[in-house]
Amino acid sequence: MRALKQAGIWIYVGALLVWGLAVLFMQDPTLRETSFTLLMYVGLASSLNILLGYTGYVSFGHIVFFGLGGYLGFYLISVQGWSLYSAALVGGLFCALCAALLGMAVLRLRGAYFALATIGVNEAARAFISNFKPFGGATGLSLEYSIYDLYGGSMKALWLAFILVWLIVIAVVVTSYLVKQSRFGLGLMAIREDEEAAMVMGVKAPRSKTWAFALSALFPGIIGTIYFFKNGNVEPDDAFRLHMSIEMLVMIMLGGQGTVLGPILGSVAYERLRGFLLVSPLFKNLHLAISGVALLLIILFVPAGAVGWIRRRLPRLRGVLE
Amino acid sequence: MQELINSLTDGFLLGFVYGLAAMGLSLIWGVMSVINLAHGPVITVGMLTTYLLFVHFGLNPYLAMIIVAAVGLALGLLIYIIAVHRVISAPHLSSLLATFAVNMIILGIFNAIFGGDQNNISYSLGSLSIGFVNITYSRLLAALGAVLFTAFLYLFLYFTRPGKAIRAVANNREAAELMGIPSVQVLALTFGLGSLLAAVAGSLISTIFPFTIFSGGPYELKSFVICVLGGLGNPLGALLGGLILGLMEGLIPMWMPTSWVPVVEFGLFVFVLVVKPTGLLGAK
Repeated sequence: MRALKQAGIWIYVGALLVWGLAVLFMQDPTLRETSFTLLMYVGLASSLNILLGYTGYVSFGHIVFFGLGGYLGFYLISVQGWSLYSAALVGGLFCALCAALLGMAVLRLRGAYFALATIGVNEAARAFISNFKPFGGATGLSLEYSIYDLYGGSMKALWLAFILVWLIVIAVVVTSYLVKQSRFGLGLMAIREDEEAAMVMGVKAPRSKTWAFALSALFPGIIGTIYFFKNGNVEPDDAFRLHMSIEMLVMIMLGGQGTVLGPILGSVAYERLRGFLLVSPLFKNLHLAISGVALLLIILFVPAGAVGWIRRRLPRLRGVLE
Repeated sequence: MQELINSLTDGFLLGFVYGLAAMGLSLIWGVMSVINLAHGPVITVGMLTTYLLFVHFGLNPYLAMIIVAAVGLALGLLIYIIAVHRVISAPHLSSLLATFAVNMIILGIFNAIFGGDQNNISYSLGSLSIGFVNITYSRLLAALGAVLFTAFLYLFLYFTRPGKAIRAVANNREAAELMGIPSVQVLALTFGLGSLLAAVAGSLISTIFPFTIFSGGPYELKSFVICVLGGLGNPLGALLGGLILGLMEGLIPMWMPTSWVPVVEFGLFVFVLVVKPTGLLGAK
């Protein structure tokens, strides 16, 4: 628990706490909605970063866990009448289990082969759920309005969803920080640099990779359940959108892969940029193209992302910018 | 039985076109180990070019293929120079995201200009009946076109100097450079050729099915499946992979609802990747 003595973790957690408390204090629904989306992306990107940034395995279809967890949780709430808390927990644990089982097979693949396999897994899951009758097939499931009454009406339920996502995101960031500072995390980073060398040095690569995959799948499953609970319905095309998966990668690259702060900054910056482009009359039609140009420039010229760039320029900040 | 044979013939003929699209992806992967996520939009470019030439100039879609091929080649060269060249020896994530950025840029521009409407080339050729088998001419010609371009690729790769240079670079880039092959030009040419094949495949598809600007995406995903079936980096295996996929698409709806086809396709895709990443027909 050496990590708890460092300044970085307290700064990030403090900032997230202040953010959430400010939203709760102001009681502004618009602010709550924007913050919900931002926090959700922070959580998703930070989870993916455990696998992508620390371990160096590019999961291109990581959104599959958001979708699967969301679907299972939603099914438990709407059809089986579970409470949101236990459904979200089961959704997340189910995803972690899926990832562990799947990881034993696909984590043997390296580089682009792994990326392709994860795209395939996502598409297969989407196609399967579209045909899976208990989950409503292609039309998906909807929540009955009365379910929100259990949580004190729909307004209260929306606030509850926000608070839960906020707490989960703090948990994700703390986990991400602790993993990075732990022996386990060092093993993962050794795998990233050179898997053979890491194994020679005694890192149990297959087991570590599987744990990292499971851990990075746990939180998207929980967040998925909360998101679709808030939405009130779930459809295959919303749950397994490959585009969203790639956006998570973009956020991580933007902020800096392999750092704790990177995905947080990256997702906030990306979401704000997209929000700006979508409402600006000049760029509205071209928003996709402009995001593309921005992404290309970052990949070509700042591959380490914002945090990586600052860390290289200002070595003194390295203690804080983990 | 009659239904089965008709469905199989349709799938088989379509398989040639799938194979052609996948061949472009496979060629690029084989030579430079880049998975081209801009493949789908390039297919869309082929569709749109054919459509625009047909609507505005009344150009026969099959003649338009020559122009489409030139457009595809030029676009491929451009993508390589702007987006791919700098990241070619970087980690895979960089080239994946760079080509995905190109994907976003092309689709973003198309979305702004053309919107998401469905376009259709209303150029019907009727159909041919042999006994109880019904074949539309557009499918037959599309398959023929795909075979023609495959033959062209084969002759190019095996019997011309630039083609041999491409194979040499695919084999070993350093050694090829030592033999005086300008590897950068060869890589650019490869990317151009890969895009050319994708664009032509798009052009052929547009003569069979209506399309939107986003239609390239599903064919890109199909191309991944085909490449893995045929062996990533083995362009001629891709044709075979395309035929397998086409036949599967003809066969599966006989036993289960059509919506299950992608489940089987992507399930098989993941299974083959895990069991034999070099592909069913690939080397050991």
